[in-house]
Amino acid sequence: MADPIVRIAGVKKAFGKTLVLDSIDLDVGRGEVVVIIGASGSGKTTLLRCINVLETYDAGSIKVDGTEVGFRDGTSRRRSEHELSAIRADIGMVFQMFNLFPHLTAVENVMLGLTKVRGLDRDEARTRASKWLVRVGLGEKFDSLPSQLSGGQQQRVGIARAVAMEPKVLLLDEITSALDPELVGEVLGAVRDLARDGMTMIVVTHEMTFARDVGTRVIFMDGGRVVEQGPPRDLLHNPRNERLKSFLSRIEMKTH
Amino acid sequence: MTLWTYLANTMPFLWQGLAMTLYVSGLVVALSLVTGVLVGVAFAYGPRWLRWPLRGFSDIMRGTPLLVVIFSFYYLLPMVGINLQPLPAVVLALALFKTAQVGEIARGAIQSIPRGQTDAARAIGLTFPRQLRYVILPQAVRRFLPPWINSVTDAVKGSSLISLVGIVDLMLAAQQVIGRTYNPLPIYLLAAAIYFVINYSLSVASRRLEARYAFIRE
Repeated sequence: MADPIVRIAGVKKAFGKTLVLDSIDLDVGRGEVVVIIGASGSGKTTLLRCINVLETYDAGSIKVDGTEVGFRDGTSRRRSEHELSAIRADIGMVFQMFNLFPHLTAVENVMLGLTKVRGLDRDEARTRASKWLVRVGLGEKFDSLPSQLSGGQQQRVGIARAVAMEPKVLLLDEITSALDPELVGEVLGAVRDLARDGMTMIVVTHEMTFARDVGTRVIFMDGGRVVEQGPPRDLLHNPRNERLKSFLSRIEMKTH
Repeated sequence: MTLWTYLANTMPFLWQGLAMTLYVSGLVVALSLVTGVLVGVAFAYGPRWLRWPLRGFSDIMRGTPLLVVIFSFYYLLPMVGINLQPLPAVVLALALFKTAQVGEIARGAIQSIPRGQTDAARAIGLTFPRQLRYVILPQAVRRFLPPWINSVTDAVKGSSLISLVGIVDLMLAAQQVIGRTYNPLPIYLLAAAIYFVINYSLSVASRRLEARYAFIRE
């Protein structure tokens, strides 16, 4: 792959004695939408959280646009929280439980990073935040508090908050798992639009239709390893690995 | 002399004591708010070498009667060569006692904020001080206020103990008047009423503040 934006090589992580990431290798190209699937406990969320160092990793390398995120360049010394905040500003993340700031309105949620991290003045920040809220279909909800929004609307604010920072890569961590089924579509629609505009994304999801339609590549993780990967249709319709087969059949039973 | 003229004649003596009570309470509350929030932040985020001694300090302070703390400072400090005037000594004692309480309240308030809030604040690239300032503390304030106002009223009531080392606060002023008139009940009731008015206004103010911060959680 020419010039990948994210390069993951030999990443290991253990919680106590449990190895949750067992030598992960993964390159993600610019504009790619990599979908990670796997049973709970397979390590997919942990891998995602390692990319913006919400979790540390014990060994291996994760580079985002050429910068090693977990360790100081060329050393095994961990980066300080201060260094990490600058790195995280360029990596967007959207969470399963939305994690909106409940004391701030929708537009203020999006503005916070723009003013306090990007250094925009309030007017510029409001303009940019408003633009993104309109793009995710929340033009009427600028001044609503999170508690006044539906789950789907909250998650779209979460997406706007992440992309307004103009990240190099966007991490989506099971962003529809906490939503009522009828609200899933509006959130995935917003993600689809981003993919069309060329946003690089790494997506952990159980939505197989979304994986097939939007993903450029699907990764199947099991027991902290990447067990199988390939083009979505190929991997989802003709799985070779036994564990992937049984995982997909369990998912099928849930969705049909 | 009627009861009312008796009380009216007493008031000028009590004013000065009341001023001392308000001065000491205000100073103690202000000092302990700053130190207590710092202790709370250290409890929630600090490294072990900082948390352990603070834990010891906090447990000792909260497990000791306030009067004992005051006397300890008043009598022990000179023995180890620290000579403070009575007033600074008791203010220091009260402020440290209150710091331990406020520290626990602040720790509880900070730790009640869901983990996901810190994740989200870090994910947009906020530095640690900004995570605290813009995300964690504004939410923690709401949980901090009710128990903190309670502890402020405790501080006002607790300040009456400084009369025991001879500082003329509202309590001692009342006793001095009684010493001359030998008519204790009306004066004690008057002093009680003044304490009540102070603390009741604080409770009312607290309810207003709470309402202001009562944004609904998701």
